[in-house]
Amino acid sequence: MSANMSQPQTLAQKLIARAAGRSHVAVGEVVTCNVDLAMFHDSSGPRRLKPMLDELGAQIWDTQKVVLVLDHYVPAQDADAQQIVQIARDTAKQWKLPHVIDSEGICHVVLPERGHLKPGMFCVGGDSHSPTGGAFGCYMFGIGATEMLGVCVTGQIWVQVPRTLRMHWSGRLQAGVSAKDMMLHMIGRFGMNGGQYQAVEFAGTAVQALSMAERMTLSNMSAEMGAQAGLIAADETTLSHLRSIGVAPEKLAGVEQWFTDENAECEQQNFDASALSPQVAAPHSPANTRDVGDFADVAPHIAYIGACTGAKLEDLRAAASVLKGQRVAAGVQLMVAPASAREQAQATQEGVMQILQDAGATVLPNSCGACAGYGATFPEGATVISTTARNFKGRMGPASVNVYLASPYTVAASALRGRISDARDLLA
Amino acid sequence: MNKRTFQNARVWRLGADVDTDALAPGAYMKHGLEVIGWHCLEAVRTDFASGVHEGDVIVAGANFGIGSSREQAAGVLRHLGLAAVIAPSYSGLYFRNAFNLGLMLLTCPEALKIEEGERVALQFEGDTPCVVRPNGQRLVCAPIPGFLMDMVDAGGLLPLLKKRKQG
Repeated sequence: MSANMSQPQTLAQKLIARAAGRSHVAVGEVVTCNVDLAMFHDSSGPRRLKPMLDELGAQIWDTQKVVLVLDHYVPAQDADAQQIVQIARDTAKQWKLPHVIDSEGICHVVLPERGHLKPGMFCVGGDSHSPTGGAFGCYMFGIGATEMLGVCVTGQIWVQVPRTLRMHWSGRLQAGVSAKDMMLHMIGRFGMNGGQYQAVEFAGTAVQALSMAERMTLSNMSAEMGAQAGLIAADETTLSHLRSIGVAPEKLAGVEQWFTDENAECEQQNFDASALSPQVAAPHSPANTRDVGDFADVAPHIAYIGACTGAKLEDLRAAASVLKGQRVAAGVQLMVAPASAREQAQATQEGVMQILQDAGATVLPNSCGACAGYGATFPEGATVISTTARNFKGRMGPASVNVYLASPYTVAASALRGRISDARDLLA
Repeated sequence: MNKRTFQNARVWRLGADVDTDALAPGAYMKHGLEVIGWHCLEAVRTDFASGVHEGDVIVAGANFGIGSSREQAAGVLRHLGLAAVIAPSYSGLYFRNAFNLGLMLLTCPEALKIEEGERVALQFEGDTPCVVRPNGQRLVCAPIPGFLMDMVDAGGLLPLLKKRKQG
């Protein structure tokens, strides 16, 4: 056995080493990895990739390992969007792509929903929120269309082996406080590039207590922390979730190896979940975060529950737990864009959608919607409180739009009160 | 021919945290780089798109390119003819996209010493770039690995793959 074999490694190192066909990789070295799965969508995918592939006279290395999701320009709102969507559909047929998810939800939610992600995989996505896959114990990160072209041609990509920043959360979240609050707090503390394109790993009892949907919110917003990947080691919660969505047990063999060794070198930060208040990020940065109580004089016109970050089934349930039997305040427009059709169907079956509609919600399609800012956005001068991930100036509408980021609990409570509010007061 | 060095490049000074949505606004993402170029940075600096010239450089604060994976945010700067971006740090995702599209990003800890409208030059000492100010001050940047400079030389990953294919 070489000295390297016995050297403790982080989860990130183990995942990258496997993909690189090595027993060990050292932090800082550049290695070439084999890609197990490449996901792209209607905006980053066919319309950009096809002309480049044609120019090269090349083909996709392995269509079984590719998933195309139509979520950014659906439903098409004009002729240009229609053309982009048509290119995606035509190209999917021409390339005979076996995995196409069309207008059924947002890529980062439908990808794991369909059982494509399993612990130990090395994946890339043509979207910046691709670190969401880290919640399933995958090394997954976002890349641009040209780099995706490289993956499509070669099946490989380079990475510089990252350091691991371990975010250790002890204690337990209070009712009405969620993973979104944990993330906004961490981004506020470390800044939008605090992750320095390294691997962030979330750990501790408060993380272990989270459901898969909540873990996805942590990994998702690793992007806003500037990390390359946002990892959570697979545990019984992961495995029972994957079994429940029909992943065959033999595909989950060996997942117990995907964890950070006890003595592996990490930079650890410690947090107490029990002491965390709901967090709100003021315009125009997710790092502009303070406790919810600091925003009591802000009166939103629009309360938006949407996006991969904040409109999963559990997010809808959280909003419904606050809004049950009540209506939003006069002058507040509540919009709900469930992150996937399946999750919306489940929410309907549970009565969650009815609660939201009774509260006055307008239900929007299962797509990126206003979060991406590619189609319909918010009107001039609007003040918005939103479950989404980014409140950059001009992203979700004109530069005059002010977007506050918060959890589904906080967005629902704010819609109800007409002022940015703490859901803990309403749930008590 | 030599894309690595430049001289007399006019500086556009921007602040920290310039995001992809400012560089390539979402509302124009369904269009090509020409249209995106008309609106590049309009949320933060309205005189940029109409005033920028071939060979100019952007000097910005930390965390340039944070946000989306949309590579148009890097492509648009090449389309507008920018010779390079000079900043203390970048979003990692933007960094990859820029080199994949042949746009050189210079990681320069002292970037903010450079002033708006100044004319700067770029020299290389081995793989270490060095920005030279009009007063002769030399600002040393982080070395750029050879495989990334290959992409700058080729004009991006696509031309590089094409060249390799033709072998």
